[in-house]
Amino acid sequence: MLGIPDFWIWLAYVLCIASTLLSVGYGLINWNKGGEADLSGDTAKWAEEEDKISEEL
Amino acid sequence: MNSVMTLSIVAILYLCAVGYLGFRGYKATQTTADYLVAGRKAHPVVMALSYGATFISTSAIVGFGGAAAVFGMGVLWLTVLNIFVGIFIAFVVFGKRTRRMGVHLQAHTFPELLGRRFNSRFIQASCGLIILIFMPLYASAVLIGIARYIESTFTVDFAVAVTVSSIVVAAYVIAGGLKGVMYTDALQGGIMFVGMIVLIFYTYAQLGGVVDAHKKLDAVPELAASQWEAVFPEVRAAAPEDVADDALLGWFAGIAEELKKTATMDDTQKAAFFESLASAKAVGAILKAHPELANQLVVAKLSKGGFQGWTRMPKKGSPMLYTLITSIIMGVGLGVLAQPQLAVRFMTVKSDQELHRAVLVGSVFILSMTGVAFTAGALSNAWFVMPEHGGKVAVASVPGGNIDSIIPAFINGALPKWFGLLFMLTLLSAAMSTLSSQFHTMGTAIGRDFFEKGLLGTKGGGGTVLITRLGIVLGLVATVVLCFVLPEGIIAAATAIFFGLCAAAFLPAYMGALFWKGMTKAGAIASVCAGFFFGFFWIMFIQMPKATLPALLSNYLLGKPTLLPEPIFGIHWNWVEALFVALPLSAVVAVVVSLMTKREPDEHLALCFGGIGRKAEK
Repeated sequence: MLGIPDFWIWLAYVLCIASTLLSVGYGLINWNKGGEADLSGDTAKWAEEEDKISEEL
Repeated sequence: MNSVMTLSIVAILYLCAVGYLGFRGYKATQTTADYLVAGRKAHPVVMALSYGATFISTSAIVGFGGAAAVFGMGVLWLTVLNIFVGIFIAFVVFGKRTRRMGVHLQAHTFPELLGRRFNSRFIQASCGLIILIFMPLYASAVLIGIARYIESTFTVDFAVAVTVSSIVVAAYVIAGGLKGVMYTDALQGGIMFVGMIVLIFYTYAQLGGVVDAHKKLDAVPELAASQWEAVFPEVRAAAPEDVADDALLGWFAGIAEELKKTATMDDTQKAAFFESLASAKAVGAILKAHPELANQLVVAKLSKGGFQGWTRMPKKGSPMLYTLITSIIMGVGLGVLAQPQLAVRFMTVKSDQELHRAVLVGSVFILSMTGVAFTAGALSNAWFVMPEHGGKVAVASVPGGNIDSIIPAFINGALPKWFGLLFMLTLLSAAMSTLSSQFHTMGTAIGRDFFEKGLLGTKGGGGTVLITRLGIVLGLVATVVLCFVLPEGIIAAATAIFFGLCAAAFLPAYMGALFWKGMTKAGAIASVCAGFFFGFFWIMFIQMPKATLPALLSNYLLGKPTLLPEPIFGIHWNWVEALFVALPLSAVVAVVVSLMTKREPDEHLALCFGGIGRKAEK
């Protein structure tokens, strides 16, 4: 067990890698999904205000 | 002086590099409007590294890495949550809706998102105020993290290290670091990634590979016990006869603890001390001849709290297990969902596609950050305990047993000199990217959320800008002051308190805002108030940080370490993190009050959720 005697520690070690693999798999499967612009014309207004806040800072 | 010179040169070179590349990146992306509206794209690696660099700070690497050197590899459960909750759930579940609702409601800050969703200036102002008051606690944990590293690497005073770090931060802020340029953050994330990969490679290599390293770490308590056995006859001879054999370690540890006080005594006080404590001289002599006995003293002290080894979880029902699970793992692991400076990142994303791709990059990044820091922190014990490295476990190898100094001491001792400088850049990057977003959030919290939208209820003019800047300066001053006021070894605890408080106050309202049309304005206000006030009360009067420090106000006002010293229903509530009690309360209040009060008007809900139900599930 990777030199780790306690099951719960071993599980944490393995889950760190497993949850990374899950995320990597999710990212790969959905790599090209959801790319369509789905926001309304509000986006332009929002972006303009965001830039204003950024400039003021 | 030479070390201070080196430090200054490295810091200045770093600032120039970050400034230059940040400027180039800024020119390339130009503005948010260009990016979101004019069809420019942010590379998913850039988005994920930027988010990751903001998420992971010196607090995670130095503070929680140091905590892992004491708690052991059980801290890796936090990495599991960091990846699964902090990246996967945060991006896939929360990110998509936050992005759409933020734009629908024209919200630019986290308090503004909640305020507009629930049509409440009170919510926006109060959330802004909570952030403004408590964010410096987290920011100081980040600043202490880099200062401890500078202190250890360049053997300068902690005060000098804090001052230098503050100047670098202030220079960065003044130079425009608050603009939140994704490319600058991504560059910093890239430096962090390289630094941490080198760290884990060297750590395992020095200890003979992955399996051998874990085995060596597992054997440390056994080694400590054998070292104690070897010196036992000497200790027996020095101890009074009425001390039984099985009580000898406790007796020895007690006198060794007393001996630590002599470090700050003058000669007269020392003479009086040794006269009053007959066996102290003999114990001192044994400790000097056998410094490795510190290992058994550490193991014995930790075992009282439930410690069973660095590769094992603490004992069931022990204070160490309570602290590990409720504070270190859950407090930060769940608290990340309601972090204001992270939630706003989702609003600057153009489409779900970027979030999908960022999940991939982000998870690898976080594994290489906290996964590496916690593993290396725990494994540092196996390295420190080697005779050629001093022969003492990590916490006994650093001045004053300060756990925040363990990672810096390990890097400086175990890794090549060139890596020391690379790691300083890693930590500077981790600190800068997080601090810049923290000060950005503090600035908008006071200027936009509290003053402009909350108090005035109107669009502000130049006055708001002035107040925002004043808020940032005050935040910076409060952060630096806290660095000097907070006790040693506090980084992980301070971070957990801030994350826990944010989760208790904001998470139910944030979840309700995104996922439940039935959540009402009254429900949200009641939830934020209940979560914040109960969480604050718990931190100030009940919760004993690290299960040993007293609750602040209870100790100060009532002279008691906690109001709940005895277990109730078999649970030691004084060891339980505020999040564990305040978050459920806040959630229940949110649901009950919302069910009892009038639903928000349909037109408003249509504006908030416009298309969300359908598209988010795609």
